[in-house]
Amino acid sequence: MTTQIGAARLAAHVHSALSEAIVEHDERDVWVRPESMDGVARLLKDDPKLDFAFLVSITAVDYVEYFEIVYHLLSMRRNQRAVVKTRCYDREEPTVPSVVDVWQGADLQEREIWDLMGVRFDGHPNMKRILLWEDFPGHPLRKDFLR
Amino acid sequence: MAIDTKPITINVGPQHPSTHGVFRLRVTFDGETVVDVEPVFGYLHRGTEKLAEERSYVQIVTLTDRLDYTSSMTNNQAYVRAVEKLAGLEVPERGMYLRVIGAELQRIASHLVSTGFFLQELGTFVTLLMYCFRDRERILDLFEMLCGARVTVSYMRPGGVFQDAPEDFWPALDVFLNEMPGYIDDLEGLISDNEIVLARTRDVGVLSPEFAIDCSVTGPNLRGSSVHWDLRKADPYEVYDRVDFEVPIGSRGDCFDRYMVRIQEMRQSLRILEQCRDQIPEGPVRTEVPYFIRPPAGDAYAAVEAPRGELGFYLVSERGIAPYRCKIRSPSYMNLTVLRDVLVGWRMADLVIIFGSIDVNMGEVDR
Amino acid sequence: MLDFLSVLDFFKDNLPDPLDRLAYPIAGMTLAMIVINAVVMSTALYTWFERRVLGRFQSRRGPNRWGPFGLLQPMADVVKLLAKEDIIPDTADKPAFTIAPILLLVPMFLVFAVIPFGADSFLGRLNVGVLFILGVTGVSTLAIFMAGWASRNKYAMFGAIRAVAMLISYEVPMALAVTGVVVLAGSMSLLGIVGAQSVPYFLVQPLGFFVFMTAAAAEMSRAPFDMIEAESELGGGYITEYAGMKFGILQLAEFMAPLATAAVATVLFLGGTSGFDPIPGQLWFLAKAFALVFLMLWVRATWPRLRVDQIMGFAWKALLPLALLNMFVVAIELVVLQDSDTGAITRGDLWAMAAVNWVIAVVAIVITANVLGQRRLRPETPVPSPLANMAAEAD
Repeated sequence: MTTQIGAARLAAHVHSALSEAIVEHDERDVWVRPESMDGVARLLKDDPKLDFAFLVSITAVDYVEYFEIVYHLLSMRRNQRAVVKTRCYDREEPTVPSVVDVWQGADLQEREIWDLMGVRFDGHPNMKRILLWEDFPGHPLRKDFLR
Repeated sequence: MAIDTKPITINVGPQHPSTHGVFRLRVTFDGETVVDVEPVFGYLHRGTEKLAEERSYVQIVTLTDRLDYTSSMTNNQAYVRAVEKLAGLEVPERGMYLRVIGAELQRIASHLVSTGFFLQELGTFVTLLMYCFRDRERILDLFEMLCGARVTVSYMRPGGVFQDAPEDFWPALDVFLNEMPGYIDDLEGLISDNEIVLARTRDVGVLSPEFAIDCSVTGPNLRGSSVHWDLRKADPYEVYDRVDFEVPIGSRGDCFDRYMVRIQEMRQSLRILEQCRDQIPEGPVRTEVPYFIRPPAGDAYAAVEAPRGELGFYLVSERGIAPYRCKIRSPSYMNLTVLRDVLVGWRMADLVIIFGSIDVNMGEVDR
Repeated sequence: MLDFLSVLDFFKDNLPDPLDRLAYPIAGMTLAMIVINAVVMSTALYTWFERRVLGRFQSRRGPNRWGPFGLLQPMADVVKLLAKEDIIPDTADKPAFTIAPILLLVPMFLVFAVIPFGADSFLGRLNVGVLFILGVTGVSTLAIFMAGWASRNKYAMFGAIRAVAMLISYEVPMALAVTGVVVLAGSMSLLGIVGAQSVPYFLVQPLGFFVFMTAAAAEMSRAPFDMIEAESELGGGYITEYAGMKFGILQLAEFMAPLATAAVATVLFLGGTSGFDPIPGQLWFLAKAFALVFLMLWVRATWPRLRVDQIMGFAWKALLPLALLNMFVVAIELVVLQDSDTGAITRGDLWAMAAVNWVIAVVAIVITANVLGQRRLRPETPVPSPLANMAAEAD
């Protein structure tokens, strides 16, 4: 039975290694500062007690004041899931560090978020549109994208 | 004296008899060998995620049908499970059993499609494709009995399934379960010992387990690389903890292993179907839910084991009749991450074989 | 029988005096018209047959709209192709582009012209029939290269080069297999070979028969060697730039090839027109050729195709040694069993050779299959990777 790692425990674990990273947590989700996302990602993957080697998905949600990037993680060895979120308050040019070096599966997902939501990922080797054509104006999944 | 050669770039697709849907691959060849691969997709992008923000939770079921159009039952299942998790709904027993019956029938149908096309690309001149499709017709007839549609079924609703199986469904299912193992044996016998198939697929397109996990690959592709992971066993949902089945894995991660995993999964699905047919109780098939469900504010992620991998839906609700955000974690899209590394270094003729064995469905990739 | 000399005599006798100088060309053209029509009609019928039988293999019907049982389907195809625009690319080499399909087609007619359908073949008694056939079918390789070259298309050229490489590789085992027959029959004349087969040669030389049929299948680029056709999807085959009737002629040549091969194989290995008396020899010939055609169709419907390097490897590493083995074995047996005065071999001798050759054939094929084949890649029991543990109950 897959368990959901308790957010308090996850937050404490991350905090003990990277003290500046955690913003807050509730029962299930942990919020992380955008700048420290790649450090947190590396910790989550490499730490044997956490061992989140599998990135399930990266999602971006447009709450109008901020963009929330949600990372769903899975540890196949420990059969455990985790949810890590980060909020980006910059509306004009939202940027979050890329986690491609940690999980190569983030490659296509980050490109899709850039394409549809407009959040740029720093350090991604190929930050180009993927589902829409190159000259498409705007980012369709944003709440202010009106036809 | 070395001959000076230059790599050439060829465009494979978007319309092409061998790609599974509209998919473009810009391949750079150095002589016979693939040097670089650049996939271009998005030809089937319909904006499903954006459309879902404008439709009520029940209406989105029809949108989900059309994602991976060869396995619409499991698309529905993933979505309604996400809604039920978000809204805290319970599903009655009979509804759960019917869902699993639908999902397993769909798994067999989807694997028949992918196996058929894979064999056709090997060059059997549509003979085996026709055999696979003939067997798939039987399954589509069963779907027509269940819900009136063959391909885009829209059978499931938040809270259960929308109607009970008619009386003549059960005898037809019995006939199917009696005949199908023989057909799978025929299929396997025609191919698995064939020298030519072995020569074309053994040790071709090898995917190592560490790389597969790093690239978020799930489904038969991951299991072909000997990673024993299936959501139906790791995190049993619906009635999968009450039925007995095995999860086949491959040993080398090559095309042949992925193909064998799919064939054996078909057999295991037949096993699950038999047990469900024996265990299914009487009762309602759907809990009472209002037509416009307004789940409490929050978010939920639910995943099922679709024929192509882990299909997940992430729903964010702000107490509206439509979700605030509906994100689809599609297995084929994630599986495409490995494309470049698994194709580079192989020959031109292997290109279509390896791509076919990854079993990508463009409806799911582009959404 | 309808052969050239008798037709020539007919015209010489029946034409009025000043015109009888023209008897030669008129006889030639009459015979050519008869042969070409017969062959093209049979090919048209064969296309219908192939599509119906493939449909039957694939549990579907074949063409069934035009005419009873779809028999007029070839007519419909021809009408369609004739009605299409004949496109020649601007930069193409026009003479070569136009001649290439014809060059592919003509050798087939020439092959049919020397097959003995009875006492004689259409061209009369050619005493180097085998050499003629091998030489003439070599021209089709040239035609394929011409088609690819003249298209001035990078991908067509690419496809044509690979096709030519494959065809040349398979000429060698085919010729060697035929040599085994020639050595045993003691003559290169097709009629002589038919006459020498008191026991059909596919029984006496099973290895030769197997090598010949396989090499011929590759020469025609039929499954499992049809990578040329498959590559038209990917790298562009040599027929990329052809449209309309030129494409029709290429297709005609492609469908004529199995008939020609079956006819040649019937003569060389199955005894041609020999058979039991009440049924005429021609009918026996047709029945045997039909059996071979059906066999090739069966293989096409069932097996997937090999990759380029595997095809080439198969030709040089498997078929060539088998063909050489066959030739040596037959030659040695001939020396041993031959009657020292007349050089003739009796029927009993042929049966003895058959028995020995079958054993050698089976052993040789089994050894080749095990050495070159994929038996070493049988599935093993998989071991689950430690990277995932579905039963873990983490805290």
